[in-house]
Amino acid sequence: MKASAFDYVRPPDLAGVLDMLRQFSGAKLIAGGQSLLPLLNLRLARPTLLIDIGRTEALRAIEDRGTHVRIGAAVTHAELEDCLIPDCPMLRTVAGGIAYRAIRNRGTVGGSLAHADPAADWPLAMAALGATVVVEGKAGHRRLPADGFMLGAFQTRLEEDELVVAVDVPKLSPDARYGYYKFCRKTGEFPEASAAAVFDPFSRTARLYLGALSGPPQPLHDLAATIARQGLAAIADVAIADAVDRVAAGDSIERRMRCAAVTRALKEVFAE
Amino acid sequence: MKHQGIGARVPRKEDARFLHGRGQYVSDIILPGQSEVAFLRSPAAHAVLRGIAKPRGLESVVFTAADLAGIQPITAQCTVPGYKVSVQDPLARGKVRYAGELIAMAVAPSRAVAEDIAEQIVLDLDELPALVDAHAARATTTRIHEEWEDNLFLILNYDNGFEEHASKASVVVEREVSMARQAMVPLEGKAIVADWDFRADQLIVYTSTQVPHVIRIGLAQSLGLEEGRIRVIAPDVGGGFGYKCVLQPEEICVAWLALTYKRPFRYVEDRREHLIAGANSRQHHYRLRAHADERGRLLALDAEVTVDGGAYSNWPFTVALEPGQATGNLPGPYDIKGYRCKTYCVATNKPGFLPYRGVARTSVCFAIELLMDAIARKVGREPWEVRRENLVTAQAMPYINVTRKHYDSGDYPKSLDTVRREIDLDLWRARQLRSEPDGRRIGIGFASYCEQSAHGTSVFAAWGLPLIPGYDQATVRLVADGSLEVRVGVHSHGQGMETTLAQIAHEVLGTDIANIRVIHGDTGMTPFSTGTYASRSIVMAGGAVAKSCEALIPRLLAIGSHLMQCASNTVQYMPGRVVGPQSSVSVREIAQAWYRQPQLLPPDVDVNGLEATIGYKPQVDTGAFSYASHAAVVAVDVDMGSVEILDYVIAEDCGRMVNPMVVDGQTMGGAAQGIGTALFEESPYDVNGQPLASTFMDYLLPGPTEVPKFRIYHTETLSPYTAFGIKGMGEGGAIAPPAVLFNAVNDALRGLNVEVSETPLTPRRLLAAIERASAQRAPASVRSARE
Ligand SMILES: Cc1cc2nc3c(=O)[nH]c(=O)nc-3n(C[C@H](O)[C@H](O)[C@H](O)COP(=O)(O)OP(=O)(O)OC[C@H]3O[C@@H](n4cnc5c(N)ncnc54)[C@H](O)[C@@H]3O)c2cc1C
Repeated sequence: MKASAFDYVRPPDLAGVLDMLRQFSGAKLIAGGQSLLPLLNLRLARPTLLIDIGRTEALRAIEDRGTHVRIGAAVTHAELEDCLIPDCPMLRTVAGGIAYRAIRNRGTVGGSLAHADPAADWPLAMAALGATVVVEGKAGHRRLPADGFMLGAFQTRLEEDELVVAVDVPKLSPDARYGYYKFCRKTGEFPEASAAAVFDPFSRTARLYLGALSGPPQPLHDLAATIARQGLAAIADVAIADAVDRVAAGDSIERRMRCAAVTRALKEVFAE
Repeated sequence: MKHQGIGARVPRKEDARFLHGRGQYVSDIILPGQSEVAFLRSPAAHAVLRGIAKPRGLESVVFTAADLAGIQPITAQCTVPGYKVSVQDPLARGKVRYAGELIAMAVAPSRAVAEDIAEQIVLDLDELPALVDAHAARATTTRIHEEWEDNLFLILNYDNGFEEHASKASVVVEREVSMARQAMVPLEGKAIVADWDFRADQLIVYTSTQVPHVIRIGLAQSLGLEEGRIRVIAPDVGGGFGYKCVLQPEEICVAWLALTYKRPFRYVEDRREHLIAGANSRQHHYRLRAHADERGRLLALDAEVTVDGGAYSNWPFTVALEPGQATGNLPGPYDIKGYRCKTYCVATNKPGFLPYRGVARTSVCFAIELLMDAIARKVGREPWEVRRENLVTAQAMPYINVTRKHYDSGDYPKSLDTVRREIDLDLWRARQLRSEPDGRRIGIGFASYCEQSAHGTSVFAAWGLPLIPGYDQATVRLVADGSLEVRVGVHSHGQGMETTLAQIAHEVLGTDIANIRVIHGDTGMTPFSTGTYASRSIVMAGGAVAKSCEALIPRLLAIGSHLMQCASNTVQYMPGRVVGPQSSVSVREIAQAWYRQPQLLPPDVDVNGLEATIGYKPQVDTGAFSYASHAAVVAVDVDMGSVEILDYVIAEDCGRMVNPMVVDGQTMGGAAQGIGTALFEESPYDVNGQPLASTFMDYLLPGPTEVPKFRIYHTETLSPYTAFGIKGMGEGGAIAPPAVLFNAVNDALRGLNVEVSETPLTPRRLLAAIERASAQRAPASVRSARE
């Protein structure tokens, strides 16, 4: 279980990263390495060149941009766990629940979104938060909604020469409520079922997503809208089961877990 | 001096180096000019090996069976009638029989480059149907070993009074239970460094093993070398659990390289190799029929056991150990008068079965303890009451059970009473009547077992194994500075024997344990022993250390009295000193005289001096039986299928405890592994015999958040047969947890009519059982997704 041979570079800045990415077609970015390194060691990925962006300054900042907070792609899960961003409290909750601290110390937000594991936390959380993925490449700058950025398991809308530079996360009002529930077989495992809900009466936001599917997280928009109107009363088993069935095929056991995850995320929203 | 002898909770001497990261494992040994070895392993579970093409230009650094001239295959004899011998070439020859079997090895300056070379080797494989299921493998005409007439390593038949006692029963309960295949997952996997020592004219093999002396014998046979020309060194070993008590094909291959090229080679197993080629334990299946009376007294037990033996039998313990232990131990700690058991050990296309901590007892305990609860449900009594009805009582000791095992001593019912009291059954039963605010269901489970430890010659000889344990010896040497060196042939790899054996020496001689050095793990430095397995070391090596230390006392008295110029019958030994009528001399002064001032010694001094090697064997070799009861409370989430352990109590008795802290540690570690077996660990295969859990992504182990704080209670019923009444206990913790947790879950889900009986209890298995039960209960239309 040793990686096959590769070269390694750490360009001084973002421009250098983009240059290298353009020049070498067999290159792969490495941020925290928490998903890539196992793939290298199992020889499932055999890049000829690794371009390290883990310490690229331009990707490391957390900035307040008025209506939203910009999180640099190379910000680690641990950094988000350790800082409270008052208008985005859910980031801290989600970050603190990823894997173990050792992995959070290295794994990055951008890496998680780009890796696009359907069971991962950030693709689900960022979709529920209505975030925007900021991308840079040959064709210049693009802004892509987090919902839809993942096309399928381990597939995104990124082009070969593009990288994620940041995620813009809209601020929530003080009245906003959220719920985030995932069921893992043990601490630190990827979940069997997950759901995220964000309700903000101020911005009339009602988002509910189901994660840990075979593809990208799926929105349960209608259910969310009903719940936003009717409150707790709308959280009926049948309504949830219907909404889940509409977006995700699966056997009765998967369905049971998914329904429970949605129910529990919603209960968190309405918890006193 | 604080109490340091038998019974003292002294901190482990070895922990200082372990906790500071200064342990020395095989992988820490780097010899000048050492090459790294990578193995090419079979991608197929069952195939004819038509050809192996070495990469062009790299022929000289790639080795196959054809290159390993003169190497003897691994074959393990066993005299049990009907047992079939398997022939395992260290590198496959002609055929591969499990995914992960060694086919070729590549050698390079680094492991990464060796892997680059290994992946360029081209195999010509003709795939055969893979036999993945033991029951199916019994029925098919496909043969794993062509020369066999079926796929059975062995069938065992046992009957002692079955019909007679079954006929008296009024209640019959039938159950089927099974355990999944799993790996043992020591922190350190296999690791070997082999080199040639020109000065000693010896092959030096550093290997991560529990049994260095046994490996020396095995390597000598395989390589065709005299034993004297091999030295095996087992440095710090990061967990054995049975995985490292047998001769490994990797050891033969790496040793052959060093023998052939007279320079150092190293191989270190990685986790993926371990999870694939080390999926070798626990997989048993039971069909049980209990014949009981209306109180739940088990009068007769009928069983059909199937052990999925994998492709090859191991040397020296053989795959027969497992079915033998299953057949012999199924009746457990119970007084059962009639017993009939038929056990099949079936060859399949999986890694050959090895004896994992608990050896069959984890599975038999699971079987009999689930059956006990089923009987209790049937007769409408509390499971603990039915257990108590059946347990062998203290008054009956020593007790010969239905499989003719000699239970030496103990109060089994008392351990059950202790866990029932400490878990507070009444409190939880009351709480069960109310529903939990979070909707989970509470359940309480019990299990009891007894565990044969330190069983010796007669037990193993009955199997006709190629290597049978006899006596163990220890060498003790009082050094001139008054400190003590203790040499033993067993190995300590987590058991804490550098401390506990020192405590035994201290008990006899009074030497401060800081000044006792326990030396083990080197055939060049220690007396012969078959090594560490079967919970034997503290009894066998401990007894030998005591005897050797005792042998020094008359010699110390003789020199001491002479130094004090008093009659030898006026002196006595006190800890660290010889005391006469007026004065005393320290052991150190005596040692100084012996080594440096022999003119001061009496003329008739015992010329064997201050060094002694004495052997030991308990009064009987049928084993000293430790025992325990476990109880647990769980909360079951019926939507997610998850199980949380809310409380876990253990009441154990391993005779005289040498160090209660070490006993606690062994118990906790074992119980954590038992939780892994119960809830997490599984090596599944697809229909082609491909392993489906080859990384920790798919193979789950319990972590710190999944292992509860065990509350452990001790009693000490001394063995009448061993030195100090000590019994072995290294394996015990791993035996009961699957039984306890399944019983607790079944208790929690009683109202839903759910009974689970297949490890590990994954959310999927649990939810499937819940859905099956609810499908039986109600027509589909009235059910919702939530129970
Ligand atoms: C034991 C374990 C448990 C885990 N549990 C969880 C969990 O519970 N939840 C969870 O969400 N995650 C989990 N993870 C994954 C972890 O969160 C990773 O950190 C994350 O998936 C990838 O981030 P990274 O920075 O390590 O990316 P890397 O491993 O460095 O890269 C991953 C992939 O993304 C690409 N990439 C990296 N950065 C960028 C970028 N800025 N732009 C474009 N492409 C990029 C790389 O080229 C590579 O293909 C776990 C990982 C492990 C090892």
